Amino acid sequence: MANVTLRSVRKTYPGGFEAIKGVDVDVGDGQFCVLVGPSGCGKSTLLRMVAGLETVTGGEIDIGGRIVNQVEPADRDIAMVFQNYALYPHMSVYNNMAYGLRNRGMAEAEIKSRVEEAARVLELSPMLERKPRQLSGGQRQRVAMGRAIVRQPKVFLFDEPLSNLDAKLRIAMRVEIRKLQRRLNTTSIYVTHDQLEAMTLADILVVMNGGQVEQVGNPLAIYEKPATTFVASFIGAPPMNLMSTRPEEIKSQLGGSASDVGILGIRPEDFVITDQTPAGGVALPLTVEAIERVGAETFVYGSREQEEQRVAATPGELPPGEIIVRIPGTEAPAIGAKIRVAAVRNKLHLFSADGRKRLEA
Amino acid sequence: MVEEEGFRRYVAHIILWIGIAIVAFPVYIAIVASTQDNALIANGQMSLLPGGHFFQTYYQTIFVGTTGSTREPVGNMMLNSLITALLIAVGKIAISIISAYAIVYFRFPFRMPIFWIIFITLMLPVEVRIYPTYKIVADLHMLDSYAGLSLPLIASATATLLFRQFFMTVPDELLEASRIDGAGPFRFFWDTLLPLSRTNMAALFVILFILGWNQYLWPLLITTRDDMQTIQIGIRKMITTSDALTEWPTVMATAVLAMLPPVFVVVVMQKLFVRGLVETEK
Repeated sequence: MANVTLRSVRKTYPGGFEAIKGVDVDVGDGQFCVLVGPSGCGKSTLLRMVAGLETVTGGEIDIGGRIVNQVEPADRDIAMVFQNYALYPHMSVYNNMAYGLRNRGMAEAEIKSRVEEAARVLELSPMLERKPRQLSGGQRQRVAMGRAIVRQPKVFLFDEPLSNLDAKLRIAMRVEIRKLQRRLNTTSIYVTHDQLEAMTLADILVVMNGGQVEQVGNPLAIYEKPATTFVASFIGAPPMNLMSTRPEEIKSQLGGSASDVGILGIRPEDFVITDQTPAGGVALPLTVEAIERVGAETFVYGSREQEEQRVAATPGELPPGEIIVRIPGTEAPAIGAKIRVAAVRNKLHLFSADGRKRLEA
Repeated sequence: MVEEEGFRRYVAHIILWIGIAIVAFPVYIAIVASTQDNALIANGQMSLLPGGHFFQTYYQTIFVGTTGSTREPVGNMMLNSLITALLIAVGKIAISIISAYAIVYFRFPFRMPIFWIIFITLMLPVEVRIYPTYKIVADLHMLDSYAGLSLPLIASATATLLFRQFFMTVPDELLEASRIDGAGPFRFFWDTLLPLSRTNMAALFVILFILGWNQYLWPLLITTRDDMQTIQIGIRKMITTSDALTEWPTVMATAVLAMLPPVFVVVVMQKLFVRGLVETEK
């Protein structure tokens, strides 16, 4: 039971490389915080700094009211689940879970009851005597979770724990982790590059890019009101359509109030195929280039007629001039067809020209 | 395995059999000679079939010794060799696993220079540094002692490098998980690294035991007393006799006995040995 507070946390490597450029995050007691961002954004480094595996070169990390910058990992009262699980290969499942408790000098009877309880919760009871190599990926993952649970720590740290599992198992384990965390009500920090995992797990979502926090908040609030074009294109799949408003056509459609708008964003699902132009909204003529039918919905890839000015390129962003439209069902226009799509005013996301600021119309 | 057809397969088998014969025949001769009467061998009338002196010769060899230049029973020589080889093998493994642990897992001043110094000693086997080493051992009054026989041979760059390579394949997360689990450097070494190194240690033990057992030049230099000589030196001394007949059955019996411990070690540890060479337990 603890809050985790990061106050202008920095990490500069001896070579001068700044991995974390001043991060402020406040995770409340029992909350599930997800750090999400593209690879190399510093999210894992930040997590490892909370764990005590990386030194902190600036700022403060506070766990449960205690500044832990100089505290050894073992004394921070945290437990960590690693991406490759880091199970001790020569120890049985039981000993993997018991090891940390033994090192703390806990009585063997207490260890036994804790491990058996964790094994029961994680459905590992029949395999307590097995070695990690005799387990499947999902079972190993659960052992890694068990090792964290038995410690009954103040904070759980997860470093991309599901990325080594196949897609189906990943979804199942994602739900498991969320249920478990709710039940134990332990403050958790979870690192992932998968925005879907981030959206579904988080109480608080922290979107990171280039060692900085782009946006912190409730996942749906971030989805609905992304603060920057980076967040807009990173959260949501397929990504938000971003286009420069330089073509006067669009600018005039937006009206005079949006004269300083540089970038216009529209989520694929907010488009409708129609010949009408909604009042205050935007309509675009498109040539259909590709169709993806996934069953419940269909993605239409279209290109705009005039060549686009290139908008700040960020991971997950579309090439200039390309627009994705998401329509329900399987009915779709033919490839090569000329269509018109439109979005209403309150579904438009407006950003300053550098993409760093959201503008409210 | 590719199945070869007819003629080619026979050729291959014949070549293999010739190879086996080349290796095995001298061993067979040694065994046969050790069971025959010395006078027959000296006359050049040695039979290729085993003689009837097996028990007598081996009893004489192990418990009594020859009547010539060294009168030490071979049993004692084997004990000396065994102690020396064990000290060398165990000592080398202990020293090198600890130094590899230091080099891989700790940051300390001059870490890389120290690593390179260890690496460079690969180029300095006993034969090259034999005079200074002898001088040091003599000054420390370690001539004719197990310490003198084993200590100078214990430091091992090869084994250190092998463990270093192995440690570098151990995932960092294991160390990090140990740190979070409250295991300090000593516990991580003892509880995690040592068990993981088991197969590597077994493989090294086989190699190093045989290396220690087969030492010749170094024991030759520093042992002068008969009761401290190793079996390899003993054989050499038995063959050279100034005025008497070489006791060939005893010499051959000694040679056969000298072969047994390495064979025993290889056979017993073969499984671990192969696993240590081909697989890392992860």
